[in-house]
Amino acid sequence: MKRYKYLLSKVLWASLSIIFVMILNFFLFRVLPGDPARAGVKDPRLTAEAQNAIRIRFGLDKPVINCFESINPLKLGSCLVNPLDTQFFIYVRNLLQGDLGTSYHTNRPVKDMIGEGLVNTIILIGFGQMISIFLGMALGLIAAWKVNTAIDFATLGFCLVAWSLPTFWLGIVLLFTGSTWLGLPVVGKFTPGGGLATGLPMFLDVGKHLILPTLTFSLIMLGEYMLIMRSTSLEIFSEDYILTAKAKGLKTFNILKDHVLRNAMLPMVTIIALNLGFTVAGAIQIESVFSWPGLGLSIFEAVGRRDYPMLQGSFLMIAITVIFANLLAELMYSYLDPRVQAI
Amino acid sequence: MSWAGIVMLLIALILAVFAPQIAPYDPYADIKVNIMDIYAPPSAQHLLGTDDAGRDVLSNFIYGARVSLIVGFFAAFISVIIGGLIGISAGFFGGKVELILMRFTDIMLVIPALPLAVVLVALTSPSLGNIIFVIGILGWTTTARLVRSQTLSVKERKFVLRAKAIGSGNAHIIRRHIFPLVLPLMVANSVLVISLAILEESTLSFLGLGDPTMISWGQMLNFAFTRGGVSSGAWWALVMPGLGIVWVVLGLTFLGHGLEQIFNPRLEAHHLSVGKNMVTRAKEGAGNAQP
Repeated sequence: MKRYKYLLSKVLWASLSIIFVMILNFFLFRVLPGDPARAGVKDPRLTAEAQNAIRIRFGLDKPVINCFESINPLKLGSCLVNPLDTQFFIYVRNLLQGDLGTSYHTNRPVKDMIGEGLVNTIILIGFGQMISIFLGMALGLIAAWKVNTAIDFATLGFCLVAWSLPTFWLGIVLLFTGSTWLGLPVVGKFTPGGGLATGLPMFLDVGKHLILPTLTFSLIMLGEYMLIMRSTSLEIFSEDYILTAKAKGLKTFNILKDHVLRNAMLPMVTIIALNLGFTVAGAIQIESVFSWPGLGLSIFEAVGRRDYPMLQGSFLMIAITVIFANLLAELMYSYLDPRVQAI
Repeated sequence: MSWAGIVMLLIALILAVFAPQIAPYDPYADIKVNIMDIYAPPSAQHLLGTDDAGRDVLSNFIYGARVSLIVGFFAAFISVIIGGLIGISAGFFGGKVELILMRFTDIMLVIPALPLAVVLVALTSPSLGNIIFVIGILGWTTTARLVRSQTLSVKERKFVLRAKAIGSGNAHIIRRHIFPLVLPLMVANSVLVISLAILEESTLSFLGLGDPTMISWGQMLNFAFTRGGVSSGAWWALVMPGLGIVWVVLGLTFLGHGLEQIFNPRLEAHHLSVGKNMVTRAKEGAGNAQP
């Protein structure tokens, strides 16, 4: 019973976070000085009628919310309109229908543009995460086992440097070296014209284009996973059950595999999920450097074009995904370790 | 380790403070350039070559330290103050105040910071003040959590209970008893917050959201990357600013880890470690058991 209550409260707080993000997302783009109306209608050659037509087209002619523009208690009656006809209500209604608006730049539904980018981002993040999690756990475990030796210091040094590297700069350096010395392709997902290929040649082409971005991503994430794995393992090493296992005469390899690795999984799961926000930040930078056509690159381009619906949609999408991932991690954590039930 | 960090930071600080004396050229001055000055490789006149506008990379680099450090320090200052206020009030008052504040912190913690920062800076104008403000108001969550847990433990100490018993007001207890004991932790944490802020500033500048009138390391990288630095092979314009960021962030990380170890000593040896460490620990343990 208590367990269900715990799960329910987690789900409840996640939903509350999502509602908060939805409201924040709406008002950020309406309250702040660079409002969508001015940005969307900025071409000075447009006539007043054309400007108005665009405003109506994007629904910017409607009041943001009742009495939002002039909060004057004396005039309360005059600013009231039908609440169903305000921008906020339309925004919420559209969101519930899965409509994220229309891009100012391409005039296409933001939903479709995000969908296309998301697939590519997931490919990039997926490969990078797999490599960095696997290597990070292995190297972190070894470093903890060989604590205070040269191996440990080398690992620690690498982690600290990896942590201090700006992601985009590492991307630039790898792009520079990879293209000059190794002849690796550095831009986009296909060689020009290569998008027409099918089957194996296409996969090989995409794979080649993936090498450098994935390498950048793995190196950046690796440091953190290694560091956390190392400190988690160190803590586990000083537990009494490790001493017991050693006293029983188990081989070190077996202790590491069955006793340490298993218990270290728990915190790692949470860290990986909590890190998703950081992962997204990395993806934005890496995709911008390598022109990898993912969500990050479209955010980068949307910033340059002041394409607010696209920015708004992507931000909402990312925030909701991260909140869901965190919820999932917490649920998984309580499943993996039934002791976790406190708030 | 923390000494290495301090030395690294001092060097960066000296560069930033005495930039006009150290830098061979003034990056903000008007200059005349011809085509040969664009991305000129390192030479006697320009030790690190020139950038896309024919300006001296070394001078830009030295002046760039100023902006990066200013943004880092001030943004972290805002973050630590917000985080400290929220953490202390949540920990000290408890109950509903704590519930609301910590839930708000949790919500802010899961919202991805970089996309939100991108949105905020893109909507406001990209001036230095705005960037500091945006990074500052997004970076306080970890500080708030840390400070809260420290406040919770300090609150239960005898001298706080005594102060309460003789009728001290809340403001007095927080100012005289809680804050001094939370401060060291806040200082250690702020070092790490500064490094995050510097990284975030460089990222925002690289994404084209930096203050266009200011030269920061991120801004230099943005110019070099978006204006053909890679295809003209101008490694000198691409490498130095990044190394600067790594230098400062690494220095801060060293310092932060050193401070953290002082305030929060971890176990130096464990059951699987071999060598003298384990033996000394065992001896100490035995000594404590039989005083």
